[in-house]
Amino acid sequence: MALLEAHRLTAFYGDFQALYGIDLELKEGETLAIIGANGAGKSTFLKTITGLLPAAAENVVFDGRPIGGSPVAEIVRLGISLVPEGRRLFPSLSVEENLRIGAYGRRDSGYWSLPRLYDLFPALGERREAASQTLSGGEQQMAAIGRALMSNPRVLLCDEISLGLAPIVIRSIYAALPKIKANGASVILVEQDIVQALKVADRVYCFQEGRLALSGRPSDLSREKIHTAYFGT
Amino acid sequence: MIGWLNTLLQGVMLGGLYALFAAGLALIFGVMRLVNLAHGDLIVLAAFVVLALMQALGLSPFLAMLVAMPMLFAFGYALQHALLNRTLGRDILPPLLVTFGLSIIIQNGLVEVFTADSRRLDAGAIEVASVHLGGGLAVGTIDLVTFASAVGVILALNLLFYRTELGRAFRATSDDPEIAQLMGIDNRHIFSLAMAVAMVVIAVSALYLGMRANFDPYIGPARLLYAFEAVIIGGLGSFWGTLAGGVIIGVAQTVGAKINPEWQILAGHLAFLAVLVLRPRGLFPRVGE
Repeated sequence: MALLEAHRLTAFYGDFQALYGIDLELKEGETLAIIGANGAGKSTFLKTITGLLPAAAENVVFDGRPIGGSPVAEIVRLGISLVPEGRRLFPSLSVEENLRIGAYGRRDSGYWSLPRLYDLFPALGERREAASQTLSGGEQQMAAIGRALMSNPRVLLCDEISLGLAPIVIRSIYAALPKIKANGASVILVEQDIVQALKVADRVYCFQEGRLALSGRPSDLSREKIHTAYFGT
Repeated sequence: MIGWLNTLLQGVMLGGLYALFAAGLALIFGVMRLVNLAHGDLIVLAAFVVLALMQALGLSPFLAMLVAMPMLFAFGYALQHALLNRTLGRDILPPLLVTFGLSIIIQNGLVEVFTADSRRLDAGAIEVASVHLGGGLAVGTIDLVTFASAVGVILALNLLFYRTELGRAFRATSDDPEIAQLMGIDNRHIFSLAMAVAMVVIAVSALYLGMRANFDPYIGPARLLYAFEAVIIGGLGSFWGTLAGGVIIGVAQTVGAKINPEWQILAGHLAFLAVLVLRPRGLFPRVGE
């Protein structure tokens, strides 16, 4: 049985429809990548899963249970955590306080704790007392991922974690992924960097203008197919 | 010379009262960006609650305030939960309209129940006691206790905000309500708790409002004005800023009154305008704004 399923998921911003019936499933232990051009609906999809945008209950099923449109705070407690686009650390909180507040919606005593996060991202341990806005872009991204991990999620949603970062920094962030997966999180990555996405994902979904254009294992997808699904014809 | 020093000292002590008024207002605005136009009336309401408890139970004002605190805490939570949370959103107008209406309802409700008579919280001998600091300097005991209470309240609020999990949730929700929800924080519950804590601060403000001078159901809006001025002078970065703001208004008022008794209120407002011109964001502005 899938851990997280979306059934014919739609989303609207006022009168504008952003998603037209997305079907997707994430199995326990899997890493999915969602790729697509700007405005394809990738971030909207993640926001709808987390409850930030409304959905009918049966359109999002987590662990066999319909959760679409539940209050955001409740969905976090069930075990779905989002690393938001643009990192969005709390500016008036220090690095460590940002991490601690991630544990506010904690389900139970899982693997992740402050010492283990500082072990995963040593740069954060060195800057734990710093104001979050003084961190470099890469450190901020690490803090945003750490904050999301502090709730010990079963599903970690990552929205554009490589955006605006140097390749070497992106590599060091992606290097943490195996350890995150090994400790109980299944992952959905929204990525603009297709090469990176294909490298780490078990399966890839490509969105185009709010619809699913292509899905499959990276090894089964040719460049041409992805190109067509990404840009349309 | 001693006369002027005494005047300054009186002003600083009076600033403690204004800082108490301002601290509750700053707390609410800081956490949920709600401009509470009923803040002054809530202080007056709390003063009447203390008065009613004194009369019903035969308590001193201090004890009556302690009894009132949990009641006002619960009232604040309920008020936010049932009414004010519904007004919060992208539009800034609904909270202004609703708290303005609340202000009128509280005033008229208090007149119905307590009449428009002037009241006072009778504290007994402490009202006329004073402390001599030597060299001809003296300060009223009640003034000193007011100022000490303001410092105590601000210390307590700082501890709450910077040393507890609830305080972290307050600050995170204030920074970014959308992301705060993603941390598992129920914003509405946090807002209700903030209003509940503000009502406890209001209880302390009400005690000194009622012991230092007469009050009647209509004096709330003027207290609101002093509170606003203190908050804006202080900037929105820290609770200590509201103490600085209160002291500046207090000193300006007493110095103005010393020169000419008619200038007391005017001098406070002029000091406020001067700060607005020189430091439009206040003395201790919020980081990043």
